[in-house]
Amino acid sequence: MFEIILKKQLAPNVKLIEVKTPLIAKKALPGQFVILRVHEKGERIPLTIADKNLEKESITIVFQEVGKTTKLLGRLGVGDKISDIVGPLGNPSEIEKFGVVIGVGGGVGIAALYPILKGLKEKGNYVISIIGGRSSDYVIFREEIKNISDEIYITTDDGSLGRKGLVTDVLKEILEERKIDRIWAVGPTIMMKVVSDLTKNYGVPTIVSLNPIMVDGTGMCGGCRVTVGDKIKFTCIDGPEFDGHLVDFDELLARLKTYKEEEALALRLFEESEVGKVGHSKN
Amino acid sequence: MAIVKTKTPIPEQPVEERIKNFDEVALGYTEEQALIEASRCLQCKDAPCVKGCPVNIDIPGFIRLIKEKKYDEAIKKIKESNNLPATTGRVCPQETQCEALCTLKKVGEPVAIGRLERFVADYELNKGYEIPPIVKKYDKKVAVVGSGPAGLTVAGDLARMGIKVSIFEAFHEPGGVLIYGIPEFRLPKRIVRAEVEYIKSLGVEIFTNVVVGRSVTIDELLKEYDAVFIGTGAGAPQFLNIPGENLIGIYSANEFLTRVNLMKAYKFPEYDTPIKIGKIVGVIGGGNVAMDAARTALRLGAKEVHILYRRTEEEMPARYEEIVHAKEEGIIFNFLVSPVKFVGDEKGHLIGIELQRMTLGEPDSSGRRRPIPIEGSNFVFPIDMAIVAIGTVPNPLISMTTPGLSVNKNGTILIDKETGKTSKDRVLAGGDVASGSATVINAMGAGKIAAKSIFKLLTEE
Ligand SMILES: Cc1cc2nc3c(=O)[nH]c(=O)nc-3n(C[C@H](O)[C@H](O)[C@H](O)COP(=O)(O)OP(=O)(O)OC[C@H]3O[C@@H](n4cnc5c(N)ncnc54)[C@H](O)[C@@H]3O)c2cc1C
Ligand SMILES: Cc1cc2nc3c(=O)[nH]c(=O)nc-3n(C[C@H](O)[C@H](O)[C@H](O)COP(=O)(O)OP(=O)(O)OC[C@H]3O[C@@H](n4cnc5c(N)ncnc54)[C@H](O)[C@@H]3O)c2cc1C
Ligand code: SF4
Ligand code: SF4
Ligand code: FES
Repeated sequence: MFEIILKKQLAPNVKLIEVKTPLIAKKALPGQFVILRVHEKGERIPLTIADKNLEKESITIVFQEVGKTTKLLGRLGVGDKISDIVGPLGNPSEIEKFGVVIGVGGGVGIAALYPILKGLKEKGNYVISIIGGRSSDYVIFREEIKNISDEIYITTDDGSLGRKGLVTDVLKEILEERKIDRIWAVGPTIMMKVVSDLTKNYGVPTIVSLNPIMVDGTGMCGGCRVTVGDKIKFTCIDGPEFDGHLVDFDELLARLKTYKEEEALALRLFEESEVGKVGHSKN
Repeated sequence: MAIVKTKTPIPEQPVEERIKNFDEVALGYTEEQALIEASRCLQCKDAPCVKGCPVNIDIPGFIRLIKEKKYDEAIKKIKESNNLPATTGRVCPQETQCEALCTLKKVGEPVAIGRLERFVADYELNKGYEIPPIVKKYDKKVAVVGSGPAGLTVAGDLARMGIKVSIFEAFHEPGGVLIYGIPEFRLPKRIVRAEVEYIKSLGVEIFTNVVVGRSVTIDELLKEYDAVFIGTGAGAPQFLNIPGENLIGIYSANEFLTRVNLMKAYKFPEYDTPIKIGKIVGVIGGGNVAMDAARTALRLGAKEVHILYRRTEEEMPARYEEIVHAKEEGIIFNFLVSPVKFVGDEKGHLIGIELQRMTLGEPDSSGRRRPIPIEGSNFVFPIDMAIVAIGTVPNPLISMTTPGLSVNKNGTILIDKETGKTSKDRVLAGGDVASGSATVINAMGAGKIAAKSIFKLLTEE
């Protein structure tokens, strides 16, 4: 059992928790993730390691409450225990000295992008970060990202913070004028697809961190398989990061909808049971 | 005394009932049936059956004790060489192992050795096992990677010899294929848990949620432990690598069975892990895994379940008893067909599979006749779910992160069969990770060999 030692609300439906995981904290590197199961009857879901603390032997996870399991996780507080967490899984990001790098983060993907950019900064790269969200409330980790960026651009759909528009608008402008050595894009699958399509025209190598549905996370089921170039890769053991110009995003987007009905049913039953439990006020 | 030519039948759930639930199919002998079956054994002096058992259980010995109603002594005799009797009694392919060499086969059916073993193992599970005294304790520690039959056997044997053992398991529950692969209706999980508890009662510590090669490496374990045993199985699924294989509705048998057995997807939404069950299901493959996947799909409510196998029934590696069970339950067998392509609709959902008809040519390296495609025989078979059960290979994670550990082309770890030693000092291996996917009892047999040579290694220094 793994104890929650810190909890924060970062944005509507986006929470941060710090969990005591001695083994994982010791070994975790940027780009890696964990698989956790909240309770005995729970499903196993993948979540990125957004940060770690060696003294407290803990890792930080930032998650968006989208369905039953993430909402259940969101109900836990400091002192509560998570049944199972395993990791660090996946291959660490390939962090070298490339020169000028751009990190594009969308939604809760910004938290997953943070450790990668931090590593790139430490390796002496010139780091430009472009982070966006629906509105200012949703642009999380602003301070953390600012502290490790040489330049930071913020976009919001409604213009309530930074520039009105999409992260790809800013990215296009930069690519038009400047030489960029490598790009990382982490966020909703559709965003990573659009970024990859854009950067392909400019021939700038682009790394994306894919988020297919997973079960074990160790390469034993094949559920997380994606097509990269002409090969089938298991995201959990060959990824999660791949060359964005080779990924078949449409196939991944289709596979992500496999359990749409089941997820909706589980969520409805969960919210009905919640209403009964906490009365009518839900935080 | 007249020889009874046929085995005492084992009571089973009626077919129409069992295809609607996940309870165990074979209900096990009553005491009276066990005594009748035990009396069939001729107590042969040379006991050929013993040679058929990979761990050489004294079969006539334990059967005689059953006949004399000394069940406690009978189970003790079995446990001299087998820590998981309730499992092997149920899943061993006895028809190709112990029972294959039984003298009675010359005149009829062999003695039902597996069913008797199960009878006396269940007797002990119900009564409660006593913990064997550990006579001498050594100041030595061994790390076992993987908690399948191989890992559990090494741990149990070494603990009984007085060595401290820690097991590291990637999943959140120990047991390996016994817990995630073989379905409840063939091997109830309470049996596996009870046998894991027995190993724990010997003082073995089991650390779940530890992926060796990620959470900790073999070299790091070697700093803390005197020896390491790798029993991580052959858990990486093979795919057909034909067009359309990523369409929605196509599962590897590992994913399908893990969702259902380990994560209890058949109890969704009480359990959170979902599973999508088709109406017309095609299972590609002919082994135990294909049978388990097909019979599981049927119990989840599929209207029709088809086995698609490129050879004929004779070449099927699945246990004969399970092929019979599958037929009784209405699984439809389609032989001499091989998949060419999966067909999907515009939303990426599976709607069919293009098959090509085969004939059989000369035997290949495995001794089974090679399937030869018949040109122009392709046809599309409508299915909305496919389960690929064409074999597994060892997961590359450990060999990728362990310098100095030699592996074969197919990823199995190279070992000396007599001792279980690998190319790396103080590291041994056994079970499917070294042999490729085989059987529970082979994995246990390999575990016994490794335990003996680890004990020798650690206590002779
Ligand atoms: C390697 C990896 C790292 C990840 N890191 C994070 C992270 O740091 N923070 C975070 O909030 N999420 C992360 N995800 C996604 C996370 O696993 C899913 O959001 C979670 O599984 C949803 O579970 P649920 O039961 O709450 O929702 P579900 O009931 O499973 O789904 C509800 C809705 O969310 C969508 N959804 C489900 N799974 C995913 C997915 N994998 N990606 C995108 N949408 C999905 C579904 O389409 C559905 O509309 C990661 C995924 C992977 C593979
Ligand atoms: C569906 C199915 C049905 C079968 N039916 C039968 C049958 O009826 N009769 C029979 O005799 N045999 C049967 N078999 C074969 C039998 O199950 C295997 O031969 C046997 O389980 C091998 O045992 P093992 O201990 O070597 O490996 P496994 O049982 O595979 O156990 C390996 C364990 O190691 C863990 N692991 C893997 N990698 C790591 C890592 N890096 N770090 C930590 N832990 C790790 C895995 O999670 C797993 O728990 C069947 C197999 C399958 C899949
Ligand atoms: S362990 Fe298997 S092979 Fe050996 S006697 Fe028992 S059933 Fe037969
Ligand atoms: S070979 Fe058959 S009859 Fe002879 S001892 Fe073994 S089980 Fe009994
Ligand atoms: S999640 Fe099962 S193989 Fe990647």
